[in-house]
Amino acid sequence: MQKAPVKLIDEEGKRVDGREWNELRPIKIEVGVLNNADGSAYIEHGKNKILAAVYGPKEAHPRHLTLPDRALLRCRYHMAPFSVEERKSPAPSRREIELSKVIREALEPAIFLEHYPRTAIDLFIEILQADGGTRCAGITVASLALADAGIPMRDLVVACAAGKVDNKIVLDLNDIEDKEGEADVPVAFMPNLNAVTLLQMDGTLTPEEFEQAINLAIEGCKRIYKMQKEALKARYLAIKREVEEQ
Amino acid sequence: MTTPVTVSRVRRRQIAQLIANGMRLDGRGLTEYREIKIERGLIERAEGSAQVSLGRTIVLVGVKVGIGEPYSDRPNEGVLTVNSELVPLASPEFEAGPPGEESIELARVVDRGLRESKSIPLEELCIIPGKKVFIIFVDVYVLNHDGNLIDTSAMAALAALLNTKIFNYEVEDDEVIKIKPGFKPLPIRNYPIAVTLAEIDGKLVVDPWLDEEEVMNARITFTFDKDGNICAIQKGGGGFFTKEQVLEAMRIAREKSEELRKIVVEGL
Amino acid sequence: MTTFYENREIVTPGDLLAEGDYKAGSNTYKLGNKIYASRPGLVEYNGKEVRVVALNAFYIPSVGDLVIGKVVEVNVNGWVVDINSPYSAILRASDVLERSFKPQRDELTEILDTGDLLIAKITSFDRTRAPTLTMRERGLGKITRGQIVKITPTKIPRVIGRKGSMINMLKKETGCRITVGQNGLILILGRRIEDERLAIQAIRKIEHEAHTSGLTDRVAEMIRREKMKEEIKQDAKSPRETNR
Repeated sequence: MQKAPVKLIDEEGKRVDGREWNELRPIKIEVGVLNNADGSAYIEHGKNKILAAVYGPKEAHPRHLTLPDRALLRCRYHMAPFSVEERKSPAPSRREIELSKVIREALEPAIFLEHYPRTAIDLFIEILQADGGTRCAGITVASLALADAGIPMRDLVVACAAGKVDNKIVLDLNDIEDKEGEADVPVAFMPNLNAVTLLQMDGTLTPEEFEQAINLAIEGCKRIYKMQKEALKARYLAIKREVEEQ
Repeated sequence: MTTPVTVSRVRRRQIAQLIANGMRLDGRGLTEYREIKIERGLIERAEGSAQVSLGRTIVLVGVKVGIGEPYSDRPNEGVLTVNSELVPLASPEFEAGPPGEESIELARVVDRGLRESKSIPLEELCIIPGKKVFIIFVDVYVLNHDGNLIDTSAMAALAALLNTKIFNYEVEDDEVIKIKPGFKPLPIRNYPIAVTLAEIDGKLVVDPWLDEEEVMNARITFTFDKDGNICAIQKGGGGFFTKEQVLEAMRIAREKSEELRKIVVEGL
Repeated sequence: MTTFYENREIVTPGDLLAEGDYKAGSNTYKLGNKIYASRPGLVEYNGKEVRVVALNAFYIPSVGDLVIGKVVEVNVNGWVVDINSPYSAILRASDVLERSFKPQRDELTEILDTGDLLIAKITSFDRTRAPTLTMRERGLGKITRGQIVKITPTKIPRVIGRKGSMINMLKKETGCRITVGQNGLILILGRRIEDERLAIQAIRKIEHEAHTSGLTDRVAEMIRREKMKEEIKQDAKSPRETNR
């Protein structure tokens, strides 16, 4: 006996959380939240709560782990045991290992790794609460942590997913939509260079639907990119304002 | 994870120059696959098996069928699990030990193709609802790495599943499973095929071999099902694609997937 | 030739700063004829050069830089020094001994041990090998007293100020000896602990407000205010004593 299918989009075109097909979940970003890390940032994207921190560039020991001509970016995407409905074991799952890899590969093209040979940059992404789209929000917040650490970058990397839910192409899937929907397409993008640095899909889409989805995801990326820049400038603008008021 | 630089600078330039002129070091065109050879059923102890060589890359997949408990949220479905091993003998870069990120990514991409295309109808693998189901173990064993493990593994997994047999059985008193003589083929409803392209100096090449993989900026894999739908996509490598390149890669991949599917599925 | 921001506007990595025949200054990069920011900071257009004054960046050694470091390792050749950079520096025994190291006669840990602080100059650096240091010049050597403040290295020029205006004001107003390392570390030596504390407070304010204007005056103002508060506190204490 199969479960009755969950209706994800109602007759008025509203989704389970009341959003329109092209509406992003609410996003809040803060840069420079941890004292010890060289760079850090925090994001709340819908119910996702994600913290990113960067240490480096620094010499790595043992020496043979580093590369002679560029910095080595090491990335750890990890979910806290209490981040999901059913407690998750703290040991890295296969999914976390795959995500750590694709997230690292999404950020590498942005960093001037060749400027710092023989060093390592450690990036930690901790998912404190998850509700679908964590790899995208993770990439968005990790870029800010890297910029906050003063690591030179070609562009900020921003990420957003689109997908197919109840036969409609929609933007920014939450957890239920990801689980029950027909397809999920996470995309990471460097807007100034028109560069797609992460692209995955699971589900089923016709080539035409895929083209719609990637276009929609990139549009979402561009909107979030504006918020990323605001968040990065925010601290300095606040101090400037403070000083002007004195 | 460090990737040692084994391709000399001269060779890198050679590869890039040839590709700029639409050719590759081994004489192939940009959208040509290496020679494909498939051997089926070579491991009799496994319920299904196939070995695919793509050029000099060799992947052996063995399928074992077991009985176990279903997942709690899918009590009436069988279980598919895909694992991969980059055994040390396959390449000087592979080390013994638990699967690393490359191996895990490989297994998960192959799994995604099979799962999202619903190639195995898991609802038909339920023995005692809520209690006992068939578990299909797909183990990908890379024997020689000369580039493009994803496409090779995906083809080998599909070919192995196509010759997998499950034993006949009878259920008594809703509890006891009695094995009866004879087998029937594992039901397969879809034939997912993965096609990987690499980006080298702005050009897209299909089926990158080892040296091209070292020189490439990034790779992208599209898995198509038999109806021309995409059921998995995976970008890999530390470079990037423009959106236009992504769409072009998709078009090329769709065409190539039909060619490969004929080879894997023909004669059955 | 076009520019896209106002001078000293805050920009972020990837922002297109200028297009045309410009030179890419620090914290920017050029693609074709477009210049982009590579770090968050304040953009500055200086004739044909476009640069970004970074709000935060780590220190990469430059030959001739004065740095403050901490010994982290002693080995047969000398010392490994943490200079607050992704790259650790080497101070050779021969630099300090002025002759080659003789294991039977020289005990390097007696000269500098792990944990010791020192002032040195960068003598060489290319990214394939560790930077090297010298302590041979006047003013260089082991640090024995004072307090160290660490700030983000990009703000060191602000602490020095144009033609030394800021650092000279700090020295005068606090009465402290202040040695500024290009690597973000600053050594403060005052006659009293209160003076040192005041200098540190001033430096922290400079770091916090580095990107604003009129800073030198505001910092001087703050120091004078704090000194007055200090004097009032002292006056409040002394009446009891003087009336004895």
